Amino acid sequence: MTTGLSIENLSMRFDLPNGSFVQALKDVSLDLKSGELLSVLGPSGCGKTTLLNIVAGFLAPTSGAINLNGHAVTGPDAERGMVFQKGALFEWMTVRDNVEFGPRMKGTPQADRRKTSDRLLEITGLQDFKDKMVYELSGGMQQRVALARCLANEPDVILMDEPLGALDALTREKMQGLVLELWKETGKTIILITHSVEEALLLGERLLVMAPRPGRIHKEYRLPFAEMGVGADLREVKKHPDFASTREEILTMIWEMEEEIMGRTEDA
Amino acid sequence: MTGILIVVVYVALFAASAFIVTAIGKRTQRKDFTSLKTVTFGDESAVRPNRAASVISVVVLFLIWGAFTGSKLVPIHVPAPFQGDTSFSYTAQAPDGSQDDAEVFVRVHEFGADVDSIEADAGDGFALNDFDEVPVYSSALIRATRNDVGGDADGFRIVAVNGAPIEPGGSVDTADGVVNMTPRGSLSFVPDPGLQMRPLYLPSPERVWQAVVDVATDGFRNFTLWEHLGYSLFRVLAGFVLGAAIGIPLGYAMGLSDWFRGWFDPIVEFMRPVPPLALIPLVIIWFGIDETGKVVLLFLAALWIMAIGARAGVSGVNITKVHAAYSLGASKTQILRHVIIPNSLPEIFTAARVAMGVCWGTVVAAELVAANVGAGMMITTASKFQQTYVVVMGIILIGIIGFGIDILMRKAENVLVPWKGRS
Repeated sequence: MTTGLSIENLSMRFDLPNGSFVQALKDVSLDLKSGELLSVLGPSGCGKTTLLNIVAGFLAPTSGAINLNGHAVTGPDAERGMVFQKGALFEWMTVRDNVEFGPRMKGTPQADRRKTSDRLLEITGLQDFKDKMVYELSGGMQQRVALARCLANEPDVILMDEPLGALDALTREKMQGLVLELWKETGKTIILITHSVEEALLLGERLLVMAPRPGRIHKEYRLPFAEMGVGADLREVKKHPDFASTREEILTMIWEMEEEIMGRTEDA
Repeated sequence: MTGILIVVVYVALFAASAFIVTAIGKRTQRKDFTSLKTVTFGDESAVRPNRAASVISVVVLFLIWGAFTGSKLVPIHVPAPFQGDTSFSYTAQAPDGSQDDAEVFVRVHEFGADVDSIEADAGDGFALNDFDEVPVYSSALIRATRNDVGGDADGFRIVAVNGAPIEPGGSVDTADGVVNMTPRGSLSFVPDPGLQMRPLYLPSPERVWQAVVDVATDGFRNFTLWEHLGYSLFRVLAGFVLGAAIGIPLGYAMGLSDWFRGWFDPIVEFMRPVPPLALIPLVIIWFGIDETGKVVLLFLAALWIMAIGARAGVSGVNITKVHAAYSLGASKTQILRHVIIPNSLPEIFTAARVAMGVCWGTVVAAELVAANVGAGMMITTASKFQQTYVVVMGIILIGIIGFGIDILMRKAENVLVPWKGRS
């Protein structure tokens, strides 16, 4: 039995009512070993969210296949947890009930659920807020709840769709540290989608740069920064000369893509 | 006349109290965040109801009500209708041209009261004094020449009242009323009606309170006050509970299944704009005027509102919450139970508030049309017997209950769905 996630020749085509279509993804292939941290970056319209939704099982691809630990992915499942940008917490539950939601649906006994949620709330620094309602928390704390809720369910793969995108810069940096810590501690496979080049560099052992129209993998990097960043000051990592040069390289790449799109629309 | 005066007084009190309260308020400026805002015109969040204005508004309404109905609870009144004894003199002219004066004594009394006739001297000369009674707000035809010596002769006529000349069709103002001369030469006396409202149009506050006490102790038309109000409330609750019991599952089904949505869409969209009042005749034909008919009507009034509310609640669920629940391993049943239902509760509560309001209005209207008991029946029956005080009492009680229902629903909303509007 093979462990890890394999994506083979994934294509996604959305047919529009007027007869034309959008090629959101074309022949995307990717192998991810268990415990790898992958960040995905690209200009808007490159299909990165579509890719994540297919892996999560919310969308069925037009062609291609996804295998996780040897079996095909056909729909959403607890083995693939998801952290959304916002709005995915249940407002009618306390922080603790949100975190315990997955185990409760599985029928885990209450004592065990309690133990899991206590541990995760401690790790995410929410132990003093466990009986609050989620709407009483700040945006950063809500995302901590979302992370804890996902981890409480013990998924094999964690999919993150711009999980820190709605946070302010300072909170975001703190949360980046937390994501790295959790990755190291739990050894989960993580796919993280982001708009921020810095975040993609910091939170990716591997980094995919995707290109739009059709959505495809443009370039892949293997980076040392995630390892360096575990338990360290992230601002020190950012001062690393390789960090700055890679960032510039990727930014240039994305700018070129954006300009190409603009040119193409102007021609049309 | 009185109506215009009431409007003028009301507007004047509105402006005057606004002026005074603003003048006082300048000195005791409140010190909160809003008071520091310099732009308040057009900033809806800076417009809070002025509670002083609310209190004064209610007091002013009560004062005007009392002042224009002669209430003893209110110190100032507009002039009351004249009541008591009054008199005026008339000058009669005989066919030969000779004139004589006589007095007319009129006793103005409350309508329906027993009155003693005025006892007084008949006077001298050929014109003799007359005595008459007239109820307040009425007029009396005074046949002043009836007892005069030679009063039935051709050419005997009245030429002046209180010394002022009068002709057929003309009139003379006296201290306590108006004397009119009919085209045939008779006199009629209209006592001064004052500026107050007639109790038939608007009873005084204490008369209404008296009606509350009377109806509460003696009942009205074979039922006590509590039975009248209780029956109305029972019908509303029964209709609402049935409407919610069918409407909410229907709305969920419409929100979750395309077949249900397609099947019931035309029915719901057609029935929603039909006012429940328009259904009353058909419901009476089908179910009669008993409880069944009323409950069916209110069921129909609540059904569509609750179905649409529940449907909107399901459609309003953020898809990321459903995705999140699936990714956490929840089954369809669990998602319905733990995500879709709680997420739709705020919408359902809003719909329930609307439905309760509509049901309360519909029950009163249905009882106006046909009922043996109920708040609406009470006021419509009272109006047929000109018991305006019971009508006003009924309207006030109906308003208080409707207001109370809405407050209770809002409290329940705050307790049961505290996350409303917080996602």
